[in-house]
Amino acid sequence: MNVALPQKQPETQPAPAPARPVAPPGEAAPAKVVRLTIDGRAVEAHEGETVLDAARRAGRDIPTLCYHPAVGRIGSCRVCVVEIEGARNLPASCVTPVADGMVVRTNTPAVREARRTVVELLLAAHPHDCLKCERNGRCELQDLAMRLGIRTARFQREKEHRERDASSPALVREPDKCVLCGRCVRVCNEVQAVGVLGFAYRGTRSCVTPMFEHGLAESKCVSCGQCAKVCPVGAISEKEEWERVLDAIADPGLHVVVQVAPAVRAAIGEEFGIPAGTAVTGKLATALHRLGFDAVFDTQFGADLTIMEEGHELLERIKSRGKLPLITSCSPGWVRFCETFFPDFLGNLSSCKSPQQMMGAVIKTYYAKKAGVAPERIFSVSVMPCTAKKYEAARPEMNASGVRDVDVALTTRELARMIKAAGIDLAGLPDGEFDAPLGISTGAGTIFGATGGVMEAALRTVSEIAAKKPSGKTGAGKLEFAEVRGLEGIREATADLGGQEVRVAVASGLGNAARLLQRIRDGKASYHFVEIMACPGGCVEGGGQPRSCDPEIAAKRAAALYAEDRRMKARRSHENLAVRRLYEEFLGKPGSEVAHRLLHTTYRSAEEVAPAAGVRKEAM
Amino acid sequence: MSAAQTKEKRARLEVAPKPGEVGKGTCKCQGKLPDDRYGILDEIIAKHRDTPGSLIPVLHEAQQLFGCLPEDVQSRIAKGLGVPESEVYGVATFYSLFSLRPKGKWTVNVCLGTACYVRGAAACLEALKKELGVDIGGTSRDGLFTLQAVRCLGACALAPVVMIGETVFARVKPEDIPKILADYAATHSSEAAAS
Repeated sequence: MNVALPQKQPETQPAPAPARPVAPPGEAAPAKVVRLTIDGRAVEAHEGETVLDAARRAGRDIPTLCYHPAVGRIGSCRVCVVEIEGARNLPASCVTPVADGMVVRTNTPAVREARRTVVELLLAAHPHDCLKCERNGRCELQDLAMRLGIRTARFQREKEHRERDASSPALVREPDKCVLCGRCVRVCNEVQAVGVLGFAYRGTRSCVTPMFEHGLAESKCVSCGQCAKVCPVGAISEKEEWERVLDAIADPGLHVVVQVAPAVRAAIGEEFGIPAGTAVTGKLATALHRLGFDAVFDTQFGADLTIMEEGHELLERIKSRGKLPLITSCSPGWVRFCETFFPDFLGNLSSCKSPQQMMGAVIKTYYAKKAGVAPERIFSVSVMPCTAKKYEAARPEMNASGVRDVDVALTTRELARMIKAAGIDLAGLPDGEFDAPLGISTGAGTIFGATGGVMEAALRTVSEIAAKKPSGKTGAGKLEFAEVRGLEGIREATADLGGQEVRVAVASGLGNAARLLQRIRDGKASYHFVEIMACPGGCVEGGGQPRSCDPEIAAKRAAALYAEDRRMKARRSHENLAVRRLYEEFLGKPGSEVAHRLLHTTYRSAEEVAPAAGVRKEAM
Repeated sequence: MSAAQTKEKRARLEVAPKPGEVGKGTCKCQGKLPDDRYGILDEIIAKHRDTPGSLIPVLHEAQQLFGCLPEDVQSRIAKGLGVPESEVYGVATFYSLFSLRPKGKWTVNVCLGTACYVRGAAACLEALKKELGVDIGGTSRDGLFTLQAVRCLGACALAPVVMIGETVFARVKPEDIPKILADYAATHSSEAAAS
């Protein structure tokens, strides 16, 4: 049987092979076609493609461990070895390029024996406490052991014990569980340019650690959680807080309120067997009501509110020749990155709080008054695609209401655990609604979850206001700004604001952000407005989202959000009637004194903030 | 690290001149006071900054300058070379040549090779540990001796062998250890003073 190339050739897509042989697509520079044999089948591949990718496309899944689409390939774990005729040893398929006439066998006794030995050695140094592990049942090491049929522990190895690090408000590291695959090191250094995690020592003492084995809280970690998202085992994960939420719900003295970020609805279904790329907004609202929350609100309301404030700020800065470019501040991982590595840009950051914190402030003031509940009695929970939101909620200045505005920030993964623990099957739930008034939102809020979404939402509103057509009706200005959508790390566009052309840029992933900022610093680029998200692809690929090895996952989840946006009746933030009422009844107008007190914040360079004393690695 | 230590560290770092400032002015010392090691470190970094793969030479020179590679030195190197701190720490811990902790004035090498071992090196090592109050790799409180174990010094006929600095001590008995250390410190301290 022939396995030919698919029409469009994504770099790492294990897509099913088409039945008929096709010529390479008519791209600018079509790659040369290479013909090889994999397990007796003729397979076509592009020159430069790896044996792993060619095999997966041909329907032969080779197991992997150190390879992950988010961080590339280094061929260090040797789990993906195969037999290649003429090769002296068993090459790692993830880094071996295909060649004409190559004969590959992926499942021979020698290959199975080599893979099994590699995994057995990993298991020898790995604690066997799976029952208590957060990853139990969803662990790549467990999957490998199962797939390779490992039933006995042949090897035993002494491994130096290293302390659990629970110093960070967002992440917990358990070095004893680490299998040294290096995914976190690569994502932290190469993708995010943060450079906190690295390999240290050598041989049996090797470990992954921040400098001088400090706790994460003492390091330059920005809490983005990309390390936790790519970790194949339970060595890095979010600090779990969902049991505190259960306790609060069970406490009759507390009024427990929840808000859910847009990206959560685009991904949480995956944890319940719903195909990736399905938004489960209605089911999610029902699940939250059934969990017993007293009010179920939508962070998209906060997103609309952010656009009102930030749009106002942008127009003000352009008009008064203030500091430009204005840079978004919705992503707390990015804000921390800026404070730590690019303090000279702090004046460019929007003074707006993130949607989570705007919601938090409004819930314990405006809503508290409306509902007749004292702020002290409100327990405010957020569900975020993010680990940095835990850190943000814990920042000492985030108490506009007089008490801590957001009491607990959960990740998408934690909410899935909470729903499962309650015995609720999300997939089978009927659609429900978010509660008024803070559950009312527009499509502009929805797309906040994808990279470029904040920019597009802002442009939708600002272009109308600048054109002096503040719509009650709508339809006047441009609605979809396709030029700022997409998954490229850095994108540029121009937009028309009331006759004035404004230059905008969008970056996702902190490495891309660093490159963009360096260009601005060097005077090689200048913009009026810049959107930066800490995670590559934006919140849909946040550090708190369900883990996935699908290279297309960001695109699928983003597509779900853009589809939701098209379904919404109102798609511009200033058309949100609940937000309008909030201004009429409480805030006055965007940028007012009350708005500034509740919805805006200030930043300090990390140098100015003394690191928290005595927070080294104390176990919880 | 406590807040006070951090503050102290910051203060120290601020005193040190920035790269490019060192050597300006007319003073003969060119800005390099005897204890201004951070200024010298900045010069070392500046010298290597544009050479790819210069981390190891910089660490090497920094260790010669400071005697070891403490955290603030590594941070400064990372910032200066534009290399992640994690990478600097990774290299500094990978090679046994580099040390994170200060070494003593002299290194005591106890041979634990086969010949020395069967002739009682283990007892000598125990005596040294007790006398210096440290484990292998540690430095005595007075900062004079760092204790190291080595595999074979190639002097098996003299087993068991202990080396202090460049001096070889042959057929060492555990009960000789206190005197050996005291004599060595006495002679070499006076040498240092005389020179």
